[in-house]
Amino acid sequence: MCGIVGLFLKTERHEHELGRLTGLMLEQMRDRGPDSAGFAIYGDDRDDHVRLTVLAEGVDVDWGDACGRMADALGAEATHRTVRDHAVIDTAASGADARRWLIENLPEATVLGYGHGMELYKAVGDPRLVAERYDLAGRTGTHAIAHTRMATESAVTTAGSHPFSTGEDTCLVHNGSLSNHNLLREVLESKGESFQTENDTEVAAGYVAWRLAEGDTLTEALERGIDDLDGFYTFCVGTRDGFAVVRDPIACKPAVMAETDDWVAMASEYRAIAQLPDVGHATVFEPDPARIFAWSRS
Amino acid sequence: MTAATALDLAGATLREVNSTLQAADGGSFRVVNPQGAHALACGLDAPVSVHVDGPVGYYCAGMNQHATVHVDGNAGTGLAENVMSGTVTVTGNAGQSAGATGHGGLVVVHGNASARCGISMKGVDIVVGGDVGHMSAFMAQAGNLVVLGDAGADLGDSIYEARLFVRGSVASLGADCVEKEVRPEHLEFLAARLADAGLDADPADFRRYGSARRLYNFHPDDVDAEVAR
Repeated sequence: MCGIVGLFLKTERHEHELGRLTGLMLEQMRDRGPDSAGFAIYGDDRDDHVRLTVLAEGVDVDWGDACGRMADALGAEATHRTVRDHAVIDTAASGADARRWLIENLPEATVLGYGHGMELYKAVGDPRLVAERYDLAGRTGTHAIAHTRMATESAVTTAGSHPFSTGEDTCLVHNGSLSNHNLLREVLESKGESFQTENDTEVAAGYVAWRLAEGDTLTEALERGIDDLDGFYTFCVGTRDGFAVVRDPIACKPAVMAETDDWVAMASEYRAIAQLPDVGHATVFEPDPARIFAWSRS
Repeated sequence: MTAATALDLAGATLREVNSTLQAADGGSFRVVNPQGAHALACGLDAPVSVHVDGPVGYYCAGMNQHATVHVDGNAGTGLAENVMSGTVTVTGNAGQSAGATGHGGLVVVHGNASARCGISMKGVDIVVGGDVGHMSAFMAQAGNLVVLGDAGADLGDSIYEARLFVRGSVASLGADCVEKEVRPEHLEFLAARLADAGLDADPADFRRYGSARRLYNFHPDDVDAEVAR
């Protein structure tokens, strides 16, 4: 099944409570995905630095040593802070180079994502506990997407949890399952994308990252995806300054959206949206199939 | 008239509220703070009147018999699924599969209904004030779907004997669904059902669609045919 939620703030009004509101939404989706959860949150955006969120599950990593080695290799200083088994590494190096270096030189860790404003946390377990463990409620920012997982396509592991990210500031949550992800993974690998799991959603994230790198806008990338991704899906996608929702042409998987002057939200079920401020005045609708709904702050 | 009994989902559990509604053999209830709760007022089997003050989640008023359920807000997936009789009204929008497999009664959506509205309907009448999404009335067997707005792609795909009335545009008709003549009895039906639904529209503005009956593979002549084993 899986539950997905996304919240994009159109104004600064609720930025101080983005994490708390996202947590309230995620809490309502516990029933849909009790085995794991994750969230990506966008804020504290800096042009000259990138942050990489890295997971070291069940292993001890000397993050200071890793940052030092990476800094020597890439010629740019790197610092870190840890949040339980996640580390957030801050560097002025290219995010793509830093991600590649970490994948090649720190095989015991998994790079969950990187970007100028994005941090990404996920874990196996009750979504409520996952949100508490990584202090979702205390976080501020401009937009967030989150996921509660009931695994169908791959094992219940932290690495198999959502959101998935492979490109800079891009991540994706998914309700559904893809049927052509193995073939598509090979195609994308031949174009230079790299994957860390057997998961179908990671392929979708890689696909979007590839299209954005090729120069597509987010909307163009998702429109092309309707032709290239086969399966059932409702996707919620976050980018550095944007947010988008798309459903497959059949639209088997649920989605409901709501919009006010201050925010746009999507969720698998309305009860998640019911938690948001001023929801009584929101325009509530079910997104049409095979149509891209996208917002950005400009 | 006695005042409606108030049921507050901010205090009571969904199961408590539904149990109260299902145990009643009549009377009026007002449900407040629904917060998008699922399966609210489902399985009612008596002439009770339920007014829900706010938006509901999936499967509201499912399997309804005899009851009148009025939702002042939006409804999620599967509104009035398998409704048998009575009336279910939503003042806002309804999610996908509204009125699915309904056998009888009346379902009214003042706003838009999403994909697959009236899928496999078996006798229910559904009146939608706005638009319906793609694949509405898919495999519809009996009953009437009345749409004051537009219909999405593949309307009435593989339809049997239900009647579809659309005032606006139809993105496309599904397999074996064709436009049909609007006869006086259809205008009469529309006038009556629009009045029941409390929606204002001129019956003459609607076009009718139904089955071309080209997909019917069963013929009475075949009844005695031996089944190959």
